[in-house]
Amino acid sequence: MNDIRLKSRLKEMVRRREFGIFIIIVVMTVVVGFRNPTFFTKDNWKDMLMYASILAFISIGQMITIVTGGIDLSVGSVVALSGMSVGIIMREYPVFHPVLLILLGTIFGLGCGLVNGLLIGKGKIHPLITTLATMSIYRGLVVVVSRSRWVVYGDITDGFRMIARGNTLGINNLMFSALIIAIVAYYFLNHTRKGREIFAFGDHKEAAQFVGINGVNINILVYTISGLLAGFGGVLWVSRVHTAQANTALGYEMQTIAACVIGGVSIFGGVGSVIGVLLGTLVFGIILNALELIGIVDFWKLSVQGFVILLAVIFDAVLSHRVMEQMRKRRRIFDAE
Amino acid sequence: MDKVQSILALENISKKFTGTLALSEVDFDLYPGEIHALVGENGAGKSTLIKIITGIHKPDSGMIKLSGEAVSFSDARASYDHGIAAIYQEASLFEDLSIAENIYMGHQEIRPFTKNIKWGSMYKKASELIRSLDVKLDPRALVKSLSIAEKQLVEIVKALSSDARILIMDEPTAALTKEEIDYLFNIARRLRKEGNAIIFITHRLEEVFEIADRVTVIRDGKKVGTIEGEHIDVDELVRMMVGRNLKTLYPKGETEIGEPVLRVEGLSRAGEFNNVSFELRRGEILGMVGLIGAGRTEVARAIFGVEKLEGGKIFLEGRQVKIEHPRQAMELGIAYLSESRGEFGLVLQMDITQNITIPILNTFTRFGWINRENERKEAMKYFRLLDIRASGLEQKVESLSGGNQQKVSIAKWLAANAKILILDEPTKGIDVATKAAVHKLMSDLASEGKAILMISSEIPEIIGMSDRILVMNEGVLVSEITRAEATQGKILTAALGEKTS
Repeated sequence: MNDIRLKSRLKEMVRRREFGIFIIIVVMTVVVGFRNPTFFTKDNWKDMLMYASILAFISIGQMITIVTGGIDLSVGSVVALSGMSVGIIMREYPVFHPVLLILLGTIFGLGCGLVNGLLIGKGKIHPLITTLATMSIYRGLVVVVSRSRWVVYGDITDGFRMIARGNTLGINNLMFSALIIAIVAYYFLNHTRKGREIFAFGDHKEAAQFVGINGVNINILVYTISGLLAGFGGVLWVSRVHTAQANTALGYEMQTIAACVIGGVSIFGGVGSVIGVLLGTLVFGIILNALELIGIVDFWKLSVQGFVILLAVIFDAVLSHRVMEQMRKRRRIFDAE
Repeated sequence: MDKVQSILALENISKKFTGTLALSEVDFDLYPGEIHALVGENGAGKSTLIKIITGIHKPDSGMIKLSGEAVSFSDARASYDHGIAAIYQEASLFEDLSIAENIYMGHQEIRPFTKNIKWGSMYKKASELIRSLDVKLDPRALVKSLSIAEKQLVEIVKALSSDARILIMDEPTAALTKEEIDYLFNIARRLRKEGNAIIFITHRLEEVFEIADRVTVIRDGKKVGTIEGEHIDVDELVRMMVGRNLKTLYPKGETEIGEPVLRVEGLSRAGEFNNVSFELRRGEILGMVGLIGAGRTEVARAIFGVEKLEGGKIFLEGRQVKIEHPRQAMELGIAYLSESRGEFGLVLQMDITQNITIPILNTFTRFGWINRENERKEAMKYFRLLDIRASGLEQKVESLSGGNQQKVSIAKWLAANAKILILDEPTKGIDVATKAAVHKLMSDLASEGKAILMISSEIPEIIGMSDRILVMNEGVLVSEITRAEATQGKILTAALGEKTS
């Protein structure tokens, strides 16, 4: 069954890619660690991982929209809107339990996501246009709800601070949340009908219709999930950085997209894995952290981020071309007499 | 009449799409244990009818009855749940998912509480199903790693996975070669014997005779009539389809065959073809036949410079040339019309004029400005010459029928003054009338001194149109047959023959 082994090479490639990212992480760690030993300190890792945790689960939401062939540009604004709203509620009603605040933020996010989903699903407006518009609208609402008064360090209650600082089962809450969400997302995407339908829909919309998959519902679902995760992330974000401003998480959507692309999510839809995105976020987190530690100016920071994304895409293209060529050469062909 | 209850009956079905009436008061019935062919020209409304039966479109008026009971389907799954499965004309597979997932998408077995998919049993059932059909496929393999023929097999397996009582095959044979068609027909006959009903859509009339119990003809969204199997007659069928008599499908004229214009020696590319040598003469139509995957298209693409040759030489009018890019091939007067017209060749979003004049824009361009008037004149010349059916030169190519798209791509190359035309499945998926027109065009071009290399899976077309026939089998040229001695049997033996290494 030489043939069959050959065909599973494509699957292998995906696995190899995840392995590749892992190697990159190791190499980066070693290089940066030698340049600046601070990198290896426990505090630095915790800092980096706390940052990466929020990025991780919001990127998972982003991934789900990208898998359907869409995109969610509004996540950064939803983070800010949810964070600002919850911050203000906390300031006005310090007695509210942090869990209630988390819940509220998540619901705000869910609402924002649902609006995206309805516009895209029912309204049949292109996801790029829809979320580009809502990105601005939600960002504008941040200013509106805050009445231009930011949430500042002094407003943060101790209970609220502990959302990001506290631990569950000995693991920092942020990392714990990311872990749980990753596990749930993995299960949902790989082991439930709906999850597989999302992949099928992103792969071939017409064929999905042929097997009775309701594209409208899929769209509503994925953007709602993405919004919900961004809303949840917004609360954790404010708890982590102790402020909520109009420019909180500005440009954050690009980071989530980058994490997806580095993690092997196809921008054309149909392909992506939770593990890939987790590794992608980790790469991204380490890069940001490393740039900080090495003391690189902001301009270069953005450029380096861009280079990494480009590298990931080129890496992908080269690898898939190579696999295809190998498959061709292994094919059985006879000699002419 | 009502001896047997029909399993499916459509009554007075009408459907409108933004102004155009796709179906008008169509009746159709289907009985258990029959294979009912549905034929008609492209755009006649066959696919719309099918999509109404499978619940993808809702009829504007009319009734669908299943075993005498009126039903209405909200979506494809509702129809599926009523025992209707379909093999669609266009590839409807998920390329990045495994074979097993493709088979069971939308109706995976799940555990009651956790709602998770039973992956283990899915793979097991898929591999049993595949084995029961005598196919060798790994259910875990991704669909994108399969050949075209294998994908078709997956489509068939997928449709059969459901134990459907009504199976719809929308041009399932378009991409299949003889062997696979026989295989498919055997499955169809077996299903018929088991009391299932099959709706079979095809462009190949010989298939209708081979397998159908009844034929329903649709023209311009209306039902023309239904004929019982024993009364089916080609001329009658063609007349019903096109509404007029058709003299012949293969109007091959006598031409003077001149000196060789293209000669290739020992062309090779690992995994695709090996040591292929032949020559093509002025005024000649050289047919190239073989199973899908035999390397025909690959040879053509390599000559045209799309893929790199790994060995061999190409001579044009006796002079050796090196072709590393399609642009070089074009400059040398070689044209290649690919099997899928959208892939390259046509810019679907552009109108007819723009498509025809792409390769010769320089001739109407002065100081970087295009002279639209001259461009239009030139395009009009070919528009008339090839009898392209469109509302005008401004119509977007995207909205043309397959046959007319094909004509536009031929027009483009004629405008570019190509001497050698490589036509890859020139009439695939094209209705009978346009097919005849494309054949006529080929014949005319040959008599004007063009050299044509025609790749086709349709043996009647190959026999009908070729001066000489090359047969490929597993990457190797196995046989060369002259027009005089060409027979279906001879070609099939060579194309299907077991090769030993």
